[in-house]
Amino acid sequence: MGKLYKGVRLYLHYVSIQVRSMMQYKTSLILSIIGQFIGSFQVFLGIFVMFQRFSRVEGFTYSQVLLCYGIVLMEFSLAEMFARGFDTFSGLVRSGEFDRILVRPQNEILQVLGSRFELTRLGRMIQAVVMFFYGIWASGITWNFAKVLTVIFMLIGGTAVFSGLFLIYAALCFFTMDGLEFMNVFTDGAREFGKYPMEVYGKKALLFATVIIPYAWIQYYPLLYLLGRETSFLFMLMPLGACWFLVPAWLLWRYGVRNYQSSGS
Amino acid sequence: MKKYLSFFRLRFVMGLQYRAAALAGVVTQFFWGFMLILMFRAFYRADASAFPMSFEATASYIWLQQAFLALFAAWMMEQEIFDSIVNGNMAYELCRPVDIYSMWFSRSAANRIAKAVLRCVTILAAAVCLPSPYGLQAPAGGWNFFLFLVTMLLGFGVTVSLGMLIYVLSFFTISPQGLRLLFSSLAEFLAGALIPLPFFPDNVRKILELLPFASMQNLPLRIYSGSISAVQMERAIVLQIFWLAAITEFGKFLCRQAEKRVTVQGG
Amino acid sequence: MITMEHVCKSYKIAKRNAGLQEAFRSFFHREYEVIHALDDVSFTIRDGEMVGYIGPNGAGKSSTIKILSGILTPDSGTVLVDGRIPYENRMKHVKEIGVVFGQRSQLWWDVPVIDSFELLKDIYSIPNPQYQQSLNELTELLNLEELLRSPARQLSLGQRMRCEIAASLLHRPKILFLDEPTIGLDAVSKITVREFILKQNQMFGTTVILTTHDMQDIEALASRIILIGKGKILLDGTLEDIKKAAEGRTALERKGFAAGRNMTGERTAAEGGNVSEARTDLKNKAAEKKYRLADGKTVRGQDAERIGKTIDETIAELYRSYDI
Repeated sequence: MGKLYKGVRLYLHYVSIQVRSMMQYKTSLILSIIGQFIGSFQVFLGIFVMFQRFSRVEGFTYSQVLLCYGIVLMEFSLAEMFARGFDTFSGLVRSGEFDRILVRPQNEILQVLGSRFELTRLGRMIQAVVMFFYGIWASGITWNFAKVLTVIFMLIGGTAVFSGLFLIYAALCFFTMDGLEFMNVFTDGAREFGKYPMEVYGKKALLFATVIIPYAWIQYYPLLYLLGRETSFLFMLMPLGACWFLVPAWLLWRYGVRNYQSSGS
Repeated sequence: MKKYLSFFRLRFVMGLQYRAAALAGVVTQFFWGFMLILMFRAFYRADASAFPMSFEATASYIWLQQAFLALFAAWMMEQEIFDSIVNGNMAYELCRPVDIYSMWFSRSAANRIAKAVLRCVTILAAAVCLPSPYGLQAPAGGWNFFLFLVTMLLGFGVTVSLGMLIYVLSFFTISPQGLRLLFSSLAEFLAGALIPLPFFPDNVRKILELLPFASMQNLPLRIYSGSISAVQMERAIVLQIFWLAAITEFGKFLCRQAEKRVTVQGG
Repeated sequence: MITMEHVCKSYKIAKRNAGLQEAFRSFFHREYEVIHALDDVSFTIRDGEMVGYIGPNGAGKSSTIKILSGILTPDSGTVLVDGRIPYENRMKHVKEIGVVFGQRSQLWWDVPVIDSFELLKDIYSIPNPQYQQSLNELTELLNLEELLRSPARQLSLGQRMRCEIAASLLHRPKILFLDEPTIGLDAVSKITVREFILKQNQMFGTTVILTTHDMQDIEALASRIILIGKGKILLDGTLEDIKKAAEGRTALERKGFAAGRNMTGERTAAEGGNVSEARTDLKNKAAEKKYRLADGKTVRGQDAERIGKTIDETIAELYRSYDI
């Protein structure tokens, strides 16, 4: 427990340095945040435009889709807030900065995340908060304790799954530097396509999102529980179960660090 | 002219180097396109009568969009150029006997083409093989195909010159990053990259079609599958030419202003 | 104590010729070249030694430093640093070492230097009293008083390097790796840095391993020099040994050169003269070596003067003679 406390404290120390650094360029920072906030609106606008024409998709109404999108965006933003540092990890490896991280007696993951914390992501976070509460408000669900708990589980599980994906993305940098674009399908793609419940993309996509990467565990199944289409507690607990995904991600990372080839001189 | 071709060649070769990147790009775009089609299928099933174009045309639109993504994506901008503006390396570029605007223009055009060449063949080939209605259809006719090629070239020009505008504008702002984010998401949405313009409500669509963003991918992709009337098409092509000229000229003008500032203030 | 035994490390890199056609071809078929960065490298460094690790660019210096600091895992061979295998228990190992990469900064760019130090204190879990003591000492020795409150980006290169070195020593490492610590510094800063490193070694017995291209660094700091080229250790000895080797090898090379020319019959007389000169040179060296054992210092000065070459020229000659 003491170790965990120290880790958290060190992480916060990193974050505070990053924030202080960014405060040196306040105007630029604020403009970037605004840019990202407005930029994230396009997905919502996309849903809005489609539902001007269509009243429902696969039996889901506009407000139900909004709830789904709000929760997924929130999951993603939470993960992004502290795990997106992995996104720029290829830069860390390329510039040799990762060497510096390795000669320090702290966990590499903690150092990478700490040194890459970015306040501009606040833009999407604000967007996510707005969409999340709008989705909940518009959904017309009668909330009870179990359903609130389900949403909390979804946020936990979703953050874990997306963090796991970011971690895999970073781990792959140890093996290839320029073949990583396809990982965007699983990270940004999941956010982008996660706006609609997985069932929309057909049975095979749903199977993939259940068995290979547990997207449906943090989106579709618990959503069914929220909407009252399923009543089993299993659907409520599935998002927590999705945390298993962190294990293979972490193992891959360990393996990558072991095989790290420092760049050039 | 020769030196700009040289820049073009250098960048093009550089782009070819990244084999794994190209492969990853193909996989990504293929997957992305497939997901989009599945999404549209769900809406099509929900209410086919509300669909503004045929489902086949929509699928073709998406495949062409994915294949030529590198030509039209507004967000594909070069960090290097932004960096050279922010850290003042642009002053070095001024030391060379070249016109900065033309140099950057040929450079970003080359980058995009190199990416597109590597990706489009594979994606198009795969998309043709997909069963109807999910695959890429043949063009609506020979004339359509010809105009598709012409407008694609023009649309590519509009995309690059819009990007140039952002590079040059970022010289005058304090937050190139914010500007870039804002521009790319706005342009993507208004250009019909997320949802093809026909899906927008009619009165909104009419306005959007007048904006330069509609001259990027919207026009060639719709001409290909014939989801645009002949009259509209003529008007749109004229508009496209107008936007290309106007934006390029404006970009050049801004670039001259920026150069003046560099020489006066020393970067 | 540091020991490396039969350490090998190789990389695979893609290669390609110039031209558009080649670019297309290599897109489909790529050729790789295996670079042996380290090829059976062995050496031992005792506690408190100051070792200069030299060699031309790409000789394997950085790879060695990276293996010793736990960044890289060697392909084969054994590495022990104070009984630890660096890449096996990284965290424990790096607590005891300090690394300065001359070409990279470890300070946070936009915050005052002291803020970076505070974070390092947390990273290395340095207890408060020890941190204060180290900080005071380093501030005094490196003259940092004025610099601590300004952001790193506003410091000159020399000022920043002084802060970098302090940052690497806050946790009192027993071993200090310096990767080109004086690169790009002006004369005054170079001397400050050198004097400080020397003092650190004398006061705390810190083992120092230094890679550099600046031969004055070597002259001022290193009592022992390891020369590496193409992944192999070529020489391991004192500065004088290096100078002798350079002279000896060049002389031998000249001899070979003369013999080659002899075949064609050109310029024989001139080259022949050189050969005999070289021979006497070698003889003189042998005599001097004996003398040096009796009284090293005096000869060292004489030697350098007599040869009349800068250390840079000597080293360059040596590199050339090894064809590296």
